[in-house]
Amino acid sequence: MENNGEALHRSRQTPLPATQESCLRIEGLSKNFAGLLAVEDVSLEICSGERRVMIGPNGAGKTTLFNLIAGNLLPTSGKVIFHGEDITRLPCHRRAYKGIARTYQITNLFFNLSVIDNLVLAAAALEKTKFSFFRPLTSYRHLYEKGLELLSWIGMETTRNELVKNLSYGVQRQIEILLALTKDPRLLLLDEPTAGLSPAEAAMMVDILKRLPSNITFLIIEHDMDVAFELAEFITVLHYGKVIADGSVDAIKANRTVQEIYLGVK
Amino acid sequence: MDFWITQAFNGISYGALLFLFASGLSLIFGVMRIINLAHGSYYLMAGYLGLTLMRIGSTYFLAILGAAVIIALVGIIMVRVFLRKLSGNDLGQVLITMGFALIFQDVALLIWGGDPFTINVPKALSGSVEVGPLFFPKYRVFIVLMAVLIGLGLWLFQSKTRSGSMIRAAVDHEEMARGMGINVPLVYIGVYALGAFLAAVAGVIGGGFLSIYPGLDFEILPYAFVVVILGGRGSLKGAVVGSLVVGLIDNFGKVLFPELSYFTLFAPMVIILAVRPVGLFGKA
Amino acid sequence: MSVLEKRWVKPTLLFIVFLVFLALPRITLTFFGSTYLVELFVQSMIYGILALSLNLLLGYMGFPSLGHGAYLGIGAYATGICIIKLHMGTLPASILAILIATFAAALFGLFALRARGVYFLMITLALAMLVWGLAYRWVSLTAGDNGISGISRPQLGPWSLREITHYYYFVFGIFLLCLFIISRIVHSPFGRSLVGIKESESRMRTLGYNVWLHQYVCFVIAGFFGGVSGVLFIFYNGFISPPSLEVTPNMEILLMVALGGPGTIIGPFIGAIVIVFLKNFVSVYTERWLIFLGSIYILTILYAPKGILQAFDLAWKFLIGRSTAEKKQEKEYGK
Repeated sequence: MENNGEALHRSRQTPLPATQESCLRIEGLSKNFAGLLAVEDVSLEICSGERRVMIGPNGAGKTTLFNLIAGNLLPTSGKVIFHGEDITRLPCHRRAYKGIARTYQITNLFFNLSVIDNLVLAAAALEKTKFSFFRPLTSYRHLYEKGLELLSWIGMETTRNELVKNLSYGVQRQIEILLALTKDPRLLLLDEPTAGLSPAEAAMMVDILKRLPSNITFLIIEHDMDVAFELAEFITVLHYGKVIADGSVDAIKANRTVQEIYLGVK
Repeated sequence: MDFWITQAFNGISYGALLFLFASGLSLIFGVMRIINLAHGSYYLMAGYLGLTLMRIGSTYFLAILGAAVIIALVGIIMVRVFLRKLSGNDLGQVLITMGFALIFQDVALLIWGGDPFTINVPKALSGSVEVGPLFFPKYRVFIVLMAVLIGLGLWLFQSKTRSGSMIRAAVDHEEMARGMGINVPLVYIGVYALGAFLAAVAGVIGGGFLSIYPGLDFEILPYAFVVVILGGRGSLKGAVVGSLVVGLIDNFGKVLFPELSYFTLFAPMVIILAVRPVGLFGKA
Repeated sequence: MSVLEKRWVKPTLLFIVFLVFLALPRITLTFFGSTYLVELFVQSMIYGILALSLNLLLGYMGFPSLGHGAYLGIGAYATGICIIKLHMGTLPASILAILIATFAAALFGLFALRARGVYFLMITLALAMLVWGLAYRWVSLTAGDNGISGISRPQLGPWSLREITHYYYFVFGIFLLCLFIISRIVHSPFGRSLVGIKESESRMRTLGYNVWLHQYVCFVIAGFFGGVSGVLFIFYNGFISPPSLEVTPNMEILLMVALGGPGTIIGPFIGAIVIVFLKNFVSVYTERWLIFLGSIYILTILYAPKGILQAFDLAWKFLIGRSTAEKKQEKEYGK
């Protein structure tokens, strides 16, 4: 019976079926913070369109790993390969052009701007027009239409002129996701999307995530195990900066090491 | 060779004066994270106060003490009444010190007029000390001694006393310090007053060999900036090294490249700010 | 909807103000018999351009620069040196001077943008001091303490700009042009990206904005307009000398922006008018201009950090009483 992380880990390294394109491949990624090894020799592979959830206790290195993938941090060693391209040293803002989008665990929006202004800024991010000096931003109707389209997708058009700081936390978390969706990303990195949400709000969030197009690849950090098991196709478990388990939802549920960490089962 | 030694000594003694002046600025910046733009004003006003105190009969050393105490009181009022209102808003506090700097400059002009003055130093400190073929002005030696004394005093205070540890805690981690029950607002008042006190001491001492005149406040302030930036925020060791470096560069710059002297001074500062903004010994 | 929000009010007010400015020289000559007021407005507009450009940095990008006056200084000195020492014509000298100021901003920006907040304040002040130091000590180039003098205003077609009224209209035209350009920039996608960067650099970066590049371009644009103000400055005064590049003028410009309203387009110009007028009027009665300036500074920072417009807003609310303000609020929420 496969009940240790290593065997599971090995099983994921078998060559992918010809129809499955590799979206994200991480090879031996490590990040050393002046002696503290936050991420240690992490390797994993996510297929295109996959729903992958990353779980692990606090301090396991999940957000650091995110920062490495998104480009907010540069690794000490290892590689990040996105759709066959080595993006390990690519600056953060250029990764958005490749199709990587992320959300933040602590809501990171433009609080003093209105909801629609937030979305328009996001929509304008990858266009040549962002260096336009002379036409007013408001004349680029397609950016506003994109913003409204996203808002109506979650039924929030009426909030469009509200300042973000005046919205409820739950709605802010939803806007946080919308901002990442504006440029039709290929890989969506979600850092604890349900953080601080009530059960009802979390359920709404899960519903939104499930409704996302199936061609977007997900990598979600999640603390809520119910949400994790509901959203995931595959799960990666991180502990002390290392991958200790990696496999399908059922395999992870049955994994002894994971059970030990989370439930203290001996 | 004689030339180099003399100039080096001049640079060192000027650096000593700068240390007295800039150590306060570095301390305030280190603990309160604000740049006290009124620091030069404290220097200038103290010089004038020292002059006045001596005119009404005080001795030289009492004048230093008197001026320093008065300026420290001014500093306490500034923090307690004005800066406190904007706690948390670093930039706002800096701008308030700027407003006061303008007011102080005018007040000084109003009271003491536009003519330059020098303070009469005691006979014991005038004249020169002969060392071989070279003459070293006694007053400059005195400045170096004072700087060393005060530097030692600050170091002892910082590393050996309880108040010193509180200040170090506030520099390293303010929230933690608050959480441990350290009365951070009181620490701020104390630190600001100490910084003002040191600037004032420098002002009176400086007034003995450099003249005191309107505009000196803003002329000497950038020197302190360079010291703080080179040496690092809140670092005593940094203030010492920074002051020496600035004193030497400024002195040799003025002598060797008079047309570019300010450039030789400020260019290194700009470069350091760009390469290592926390300074040589600073904490991030 | 309050009166001010009706669509036709703002443009009409602006148009009236424009007409007043156009007619100003005629009005003042008729009523006061002197061109003193005209001179004050010329000064206001020159500093206004400088303040507007600082506003791009401070109000929109959120970077407090205490060294923006350096670009006025560079623009003025470059013009002076080109005309007096290099015997260039007025127009080529002016254009070259603006280019030099812009280039200086391009150079300084590489260093200054490594810093944030208070460190940025210090580095910009240091850079300004560097420029001052060069003006003061590089005597062979800048004539040191004496400054560069003997700059006279040229002929512009049939008009001699030596007449202050003519120069007023010339500066007014340039001011309107600068105001228009800056206004377009602020409302453009680029300008809005600066606001986003001020709110959250990290988010903008993740979204795909090259944050440093946007900040750098803004810094250089601000330097360009600073250079423009410098050219207008030396032609107005006829000379430039080191005191114009000291710390105090830099503080005055920062106050103009802070007082007028950072982050608004016209605010800094209002701030410039207030400071220029106050300085001139106060100086008639007392020499204590700096005490005045410093006090206004402190009061503004403490009680009206959003500038005069906010102060008016506060005063208005105070005057019309709380109950009326509360009633208005209820109406708005009820919508």
